[in-house]
Amino acid sequence: MKAKFLIPLALFGVLVVFLAAGLGLDPREVPSPLVNKPAPAFKVPQLEQPEMQFAAEDLKGQVWLFNVWASWCVACRQEHPVLMQFARQKLVPIVGLDYKDKRKDALGVLQRSGNPYDINAFDEDGRVGIDYGVYGVPESYVIDKAGVIRYKHIGPITAEALEKTIIPLINELKKS
Amino acid sequence: MIPELGHFALILALCVCLLQGILPVLGAHNGRREWTALARPAAQASFLMLAASFVALAWSFYVNDFSVQYVAAHSNAQLPTLFRFGAVWGGHEGSLLLWVFMLSAWTVAVAQFSRTLDDTMVARVIGVLGLVTSGLLLFILFTSNPFDRLLPAAENGRDLNPLLQDPGLIFHPPMLYMGYVGFAVAFAFAIAALLSGRLDAAWARWSRPWTTAAWVFLTLGIALGSWWAYYELGWGGWWFWDPVENASFMPWLIGTALIHSLAVTEKRGTFKSWTVLLAIGAFSLSLLGTFLVRSGVLTSVHAFATDPRRGIFILVLLFLVVGSSLLLFAWRAPKVALGGSFALMSRESLLLTGNVLLVVACASVLLGTLYPLFIDALKLGKISVGAPYFNAVFVPIMAPVMFLLAAVPLARWKNTDIKEIALRMWIPGALALVAGALIPYLMGGWTVMTALGSALSVWIAASGVIQVARRLKSSMPPASFWGMHLGHFGIAVFAFGVTMVGGFQEEQDVRMEPGETVSVGGYQFKMIGVKDVTGPNYAAARGEFEVTKGAGAAKILEPEKRNYFSSTMPMTEAAIDAGSTRDVYVSLGEPLEGKAWAVRVYFKPFVDWIWGGCVLMALGGLFAMSDRRYRLRVKEAVKP
Repeated sequence: MKAKFLIPLALFGVLVVFLAAGLGLDPREVPSPLVNKPAPAFKVPQLEQPEMQFAAEDLKGQVWLFNVWASWCVACRQEHPVLMQFARQKLVPIVGLDYKDKRKDALGVLQRSGNPYDINAFDEDGRVGIDYGVYGVPESYVIDKAGVIRYKHIGPITAEALEKTIIPLINELKKS
Repeated sequence: MIPELGHFALILALCVCLLQGILPVLGAHNGRREWTALARPAAQASFLMLAASFVALAWSFYVNDFSVQYVAAHSNAQLPTLFRFGAVWGGHEGSLLLWVFMLSAWTVAVAQFSRTLDDTMVARVIGVLGLVTSGLLLFILFTSNPFDRLLPAAENGRDLNPLLQDPGLIFHPPMLYMGYVGFAVAFAFAIAALLSGRLDAAWARWSRPWTTAAWVFLTLGIALGSWWAYYELGWGGWWFWDPVENASFMPWLIGTALIHSLAVTEKRGTFKSWTVLLAIGAFSLSLLGTFLVRSGVLTSVHAFATDPRRGIFILVLLFLVVGSSLLLFAWRAPKVALGGSFALMSRESLLLTGNVLLVVACASVLLGTLYPLFIDALKLGKISVGAPYFNAVFVPIMAPVMFLLAAVPLARWKNTDIKEIALRMWIPGALALVAGALIPYLMGGWTVMTALGSALSVWIAASGVIQVARRLKSSMPPASFWGMHLGHFGIAVFAFGVTMVGGFQEEQDVRMEPGETVSVGGYQFKMIGVKDVTGPNYAAARGEFEVTKGAGAAKILEPEKRNYFSSTMPMTEAAIDAGSTRDVYVSLGEPLEGKAWAVRVYFKPFVDWIWGGCVLMALGGLFAMSDRRYRLRVKEAVKP
């Protein structure tokens, strides 16, 4: 067997390795520039009690899940039962950001289908969403004790993403 | 009941294909005639099984059996019958079934038309095809069964993707697949030859018509896809260097190299291992294309649903098929005797240069297509490679190919005199220079690219015409001669169309209100209005535009913006007034305030030459295939 006749096989081998690696990657997943950066500060009224404010600093020292949602968002309804189940575990506080919504509609949804959130911030004009680079609802962020964004999930959280990625990350962050 | 029968036929086909893949190959190895004799009947039996399976699926579509998951996902009771038939291959599962069905059709054709080829060779070829078919059947049965039931049945189907509800799309996939799958025959011939150790002129002669047939289908399939994208997507482009397009283009490039390399192997007995490698390469790229399209490792406008299991399965299949054949190549090819020698300047060396350039072109397309994946896998970030890369790389590689291809038919085998060629090429050369200087100037502005494109097109066309005229003086040339020149002429026509569209198209994106006029490329477009119309399964806004040029008669163009009832995605139906030297093209964008619309208007000079050139190339391939000598040899061989 002469070496030069093995070249095509070797090239093909390299190709297969890359293709196999490529299977595990999602070409649609675009990394957020905000991951590993401090979560942008904000202070907005709460959804349920408009007279009270919520600020990102309020949760300093805790790991928390920040979930952007809206009553008009269809995919959020798909995500809702997953969040409800997660809330029952009482692992970390879940903060909702009700994004570009009407207060009455949002409260109606929570009343009808249950409220997984510990606190809900009300982002009426979408200002906070812009700071967080939200380009589709729902989106979720895991924020650590130092107030740094550690993970961004685009689209509805699935049970699988919760089990495989988010919960292990939260457990790890809580230990540190 | 019918879907279950189809499923059952599919399983039976797998069993027969496994037999067909194993026994004849072993029989050929051990010299057991009763095993090699199984090849033909097995190929016929598996074809019948797959035909039954395909008919069962088509029937389920015809009767709107929404208890079949695949039917429910890709059809709808309101869908017109013609599209219901096209929907059979409108999704992943069905298109794979079509793939396999065609592969077995090719296999039966080989079994039928190879009566004079010696039995052990036929057994090996059919055996290899049987193994490939089995691999794909396993893939279908385990990951993509089109006959899976949906219980309880759906009330109505989800409907075929509106983008695919178009006659062009009914024929595009079968054509493309016929090409993809056809290269399996060339591949099987190459593997059989490697197994037997007999890489001779007879092998090359047997492979040639099959390879050309596959190439013809692939050419037409790609052209149809491009034409469809042009008039259906409403973006006015004809090629986007999208991964899925590239996946079909790469086998085409290698297939083109293979056709020419096979010619050298047949006539001169050289380039044997190179030809074998190209035959393996063309089919491997067809499989790779299937992998890229079906696994979702790359983003593409053809956003197919993806399932990681499918990706892994095809990758394993790709690994087994290509890996084992390249291993066989590394083991057997060094023993292949070298053919006749040739001088630095000869038809062989020129063809080899062209061949290498085509392979380099293919490699650069492959690199561009997979580059985002490489970078992502190496954790270097997310990037996308777009048309600028491909255009920048592709043109400098293809320009020398086009320069060469006009002159190669004049070169002699073994040793040629370059002065002699130069003497006979001065007329086309002079015409090309004039064309390069004048045509862009007449069309509206001289640029390097338009001059190069015009010059090369005229260079090829003129030299072809002169060579044909000269040849006709002596005698009537054989079909293969016509085939070659027709194919090359097609390239000239194609390149001219590409150059003119690229250099001189005009477009405008404008806001228009009824009564307003916009002028593009010397044409006046007057918007009359937009009204609502209803189709069988959609509602649409239909615009009415009056197109005039100078004092000529007015033409009415009616572009539509359709909303299919089953889908939220609005579809654009561009209105095109096609002509031999230009298309004018209107498509509706978004409705704006009041009665105003965003409107896109294009003037596309010579755009239809692009597809016309492809049709000429395909015709050339048909002529080459029909050459008498492929049949003559058969007759000679029949005589004792």
